Amino acid sequence: MASTVLKLEGIEKSFGGVRALKGVDLEIGAGEIHCLAGENGSGKSTLIKVISGVHEPDAGWIEIGGRRFTQLSPIEAISLGVQVIYQDFSVFPNLTVMENLALNMELMDKRAFMNYRRARSIASRAVAQIGFDVDLDERVENLSVADRQLIAISRALLQNSKLIIMDEPTSALTKKEVKSLFSLIKELQSRGISILFVSHKLDEVFEISERYTILRSGENVAKGSTTELDHRAFAFHMTGREFSAESYRPAGPRGEPILSVRGVSLRGCYSGISFDLAPGEILGITGLLGSGRTELVETLFGITQPDSGTIEVRGLPAKIRSVKDAIRKGLGYVPSDRLTEGLFLPQAIDRNAVIAVLDRLSNGFGFLRRKAVAETTLRWIRELSIATKDPSLPVRTLSGGNQQKVVLARWLANDLSVLILNGPTMGVDIGSKYDIHALMRKLASEGLAIIIVSDDLPEVLACASRIIVMREGAFVRELDPASTTESVLGELSTGVA
Amino acid sequence: MITARRFFARSEPWVLAAIVILSLLIQARSGQFFTGNNLVDLARAFIVPGLLSIGCMMVIVSGGIDVSFTAVAALAMYITDKILLQSGYEGNVILAYAMSAGFGLLMGALNGFLIAFLRLPTLVVTLGTGSLFTGLMFGAFSASASDVPPAIVAHGKETLFTAVNSDLGLSSNMPSQILILVGMLFLAFLLLRYTMLGRGIYAIGGDEAAAERAGFNVRAIKMFLYCLVGVLAGITGISRISMMAYADPSTFQGMELTVIAAVVLGGTRVTGGLGTLTGTILGIALMMILANSLILIGIPTYWSRAFTGAVIIIGTGVTAHQIASTHRSQRDLKKT
Repeated sequence: MASTVLKLEGIEKSFGGVRALKGVDLEIGAGEIHCLAGENGSGKSTLIKVISGVHEPDAGWIEIGGRRFTQLSPIEAISLGVQVIYQDFSVFPNLTVMENLALNMELMDKRAFMNYRRARSIASRAVAQIGFDVDLDERVENLSVADRQLIAISRALLQNSKLIIMDEPTSALTKKEVKSLFSLIKELQSRGISILFVSHKLDEVFEISERYTILRSGENVAKGSTTELDHRAFAFHMTGREFSAESYRPAGPRGEPILSVRGVSLRGCYSGISFDLAPGEILGITGLLGSGRTELVETLFGITQPDSGTIEVRGLPAKIRSVKDAIRKGLGYVPSDRLTEGLFLPQAIDRNAVIAVLDRLSNGFGFLRRKAVAETTLRWIRELSIATKDPSLPVRTLSGGNQQKVVLARWLANDLSVLILNGPTMGVDIGSKYDIHALMRKLASEGLAIIIVSDDLPEVLACASRIIVMREGAFVRELDPASTTESVLGELSTGVA
Repeated sequence: MITARRFFARSEPWVLAAIVILSLLIQARSGQFFTGNNLVDLARAFIVPGLLSIGCMMVIVSGGIDVSFTAVAALAMYITDKILLQSGYEGNVILAYAMSAGFGLLMGALNGFLIAFLRLPTLVVTLGTGSLFTGLMFGAFSASASDVPPAIVAHGKETLFTAVNSDLGLSSNMPSQILILVGMLFLAFLLLRYTMLGRGIYAIGGDEAAAERAGFNVRAIKMFLYCLVGVLAGITGISRISMMAYADPSTFQGMELTVIAAVVLGGTRVTGGLGTLTGTILGIALMMILANSLILIGIPTYWSRAFTGAVIIIGTGVTAHQIASTHRSQRDLKKT
C-alpha cells in the first residue's frame, strides 16, 4: 500500500454497558475504495461516528494523515479531510441548492453573516467539481434522491476531502443511478480520494471495492482484498452462520390451480397477462422497474381494476373490486415499500401483526379479546423468529428483516391461500434474507401458493418454481429456473442481448 | 432567479390577490374602503397582531409552535405597569418598553430552556407556560383593568398624522407605534435573511439533525428564538396599553389563534422550514380587513368571524394541499 489515509487500532466504544465496538482495526490506503460491511447492529454506524469525531472512543487510537489521535472532534475530522455522506444525505429540503452547498462551508469559516454572492460562488464551484448540472435556486425538496446525493457529494468535496465515507449510499437509488454513482466514485478515486463504502449489499461490495473489512457484533471478523472473497465467505462473515449451498427443489404444483389469470390488461400498465398458480408453487415475476410487475400484482390484490381479462379463484370467476374482496378470497399482499405501505411504524409489533384479523379476534360486541391477540402474536413471533424482547415495542425498533417478518405475520395470521410478496427482501440484510427465503419455501411446502415479484435475479432463481418475465407491460416468457440463468433473465427483461 | 412556476407556487401572490379583490369589492359596495380614515384605522388594528406575528412566524419556521406569546405579552405589560404606577414613575416610556421586554425575555427564556435543553415538545411547553403566566397574573397579582403611568398615556397620544373623512365627519390618528412595527419588521428581515443565525432558524426547520451536523448550534438558536419571541411580546404589551390608555389584563386573550392562523395563511409551512415576513404581513392584513372592514358593506360583525374562519380553512387547506402534492410527486419520482 502506497500510503495510509486512515488507520484505526483497537477502537472500543460502549454505550451504557453495551459494548458496541470491541477493539476494531481499520486501515484505508490513499485512493483506495474500501468497503465496510456488516449487518445491522454490527457496529458500522458507531465506527463511522468515531472516525467523524461524533463519538469519542473509550480506547484505541485513530491515525489520519500521519497524525495520531485518541479522540477527535467533528471539526478536526473535517479539517483533516474526512467527510461523511449520511444515508439521508443530511440536506435541508426547504433551502435552495445554493444554500445547501454553501452553509456548511460558511459555518466552518465561522461566518456570522450570510453573503449570497459568496454563497453562489461556493455553490458553483462545488457543482463544477463533478460536472453536476443543477439549478442552484431550486429548493432541494423538489430534486430527486439521486440529485440530493450529488449535492451531498459536491458539498463534501468542497472541504478538500481525502476520505469520503458513504453510509449505505445506494439504498434509495435505482439501478441506473447506482451505476452513475459508481462511475463518480471511480472518478473521485482517480483524483486520489479514498472512499469508505458502507454497505451490506454483496453485489455492490464486489463491484466497487478493492479491499474490505467486515464487522460482526462490534469485532473485526475478516478483511482483505475483495477479489479473494466469494459469496459464501461473505455471507458467513456477515452473519456467522454457515448457509447450506444445496439448491432448492420446489415441490411443484399440487392439484388444481387456485388462481387463474386470463388475459388481464390495464391501459398504460400491462396487457394480456395469463398464468395459473397452484398450491405449493412459488411463481417468480421479474422485470425492470416500470415493466408493470407491481401494477399487475396490485390488480390481483384489488388495489386497481383491470380493463379487460378475467381472474379465477379456485376455478370460479372472481371480481376483486377492493382489498377487502381480495382478503376475503384468501389473498395476501406484502408491498415492496414495507415502511410506507405496509406497517404502522410507531405502533406496537403485536398490533401490527394482528391488524388484518381483528374481526376474528374480537367478541360479539366488537371488543378485542386480549388473550386471543396475545396468543396469535406470540405464535407468529415464535414461528417466524422475530427478534424482539417485547411485542409491545413499536415496529420502528426492529431491523428491516424483522419488520418484513411482522408484515408476513399479519397475513399468515389470516388463513391464506395465495401470498403475494413484492420485493420480499429489498433492503434487508443477508441473515434475514436467508430466513425469509427459508420461510417462503416452508410455507409453499405446506401448501400455500406464493407469488414473488423481484428484480433480484439470484433470489428469483433460488426460490421460484416457475418464472415469468415481463417487459414494458407485456408477458415475455415463462421459464423453468432449473434450466435458465441470470444472464438469460437479464436479457429477456431488458430486451438487450 | 424567480420563474413563473416558482412565483405562483408561493402563497404571497394569492393572499395579495385576495386582499386586492376584497378591498375593491368593499370599495365598490361602500365607497368607504380607500378613505384615509379607514386605512389608518386598519393600520392601527394591524400594529399589535403584526408585532406578535413576527416571533410567531419565526417559531413556526423553526419547526415549533408557540401559543404562550399572548400570555407573555399580558403578564409582562401588567407587571411593568404595576411597578411603574406604584413607584410613581414620571419619566420616559423607553423604560416601560425596556422593563416589559425584560420580563418577556425571562418568560421566553423559560420556554427556551424547556424546549432547547430539556427537549420537550413545543406545543405542550407553551400551552403549559401560557397557562402558568395567565394564572400568575390573575392569581398572584389579582389583575384587573388598571390605569397606566403618565409616560405611557403620553406615548399613546403621539400621533404621526390625522386622516379626516369629511363625508362622514370622522377622523383617525395614525399612532406612533406603527414605527415600532416597521422597525421590528426591518430588524427581523435583516436577521432572517442576512445572518447565519437567521438561516439557522430555517435550517433547523428543514432538518434538525442536518443542522446539527452542519455545525449550527441548534440549542443556542432555539434558546435565542424563544427569548426573542418573549422580548417582542413584552414590547407589544406596552404598545397595546399605550394605544388603549389603560391596562386590561385580558386584552390579548384568544389573539394567539388569530395570529397563528394569519401566519399560516401567509404561506408559513406548519411543519417548519418555509415562511416569509411578506407573507406574514399579508396574512395579517387579510385577517384585519375581514375583521374590520366587512362592516362597511353592511355585513354584521358576527358574520365577519364566520368569514375569517372560512378564509383560514381555505387558506391553510390550500397550503396543506400543496405540501401533500409535493410529497406525492416525490413518492412518484422514487417509484419510477
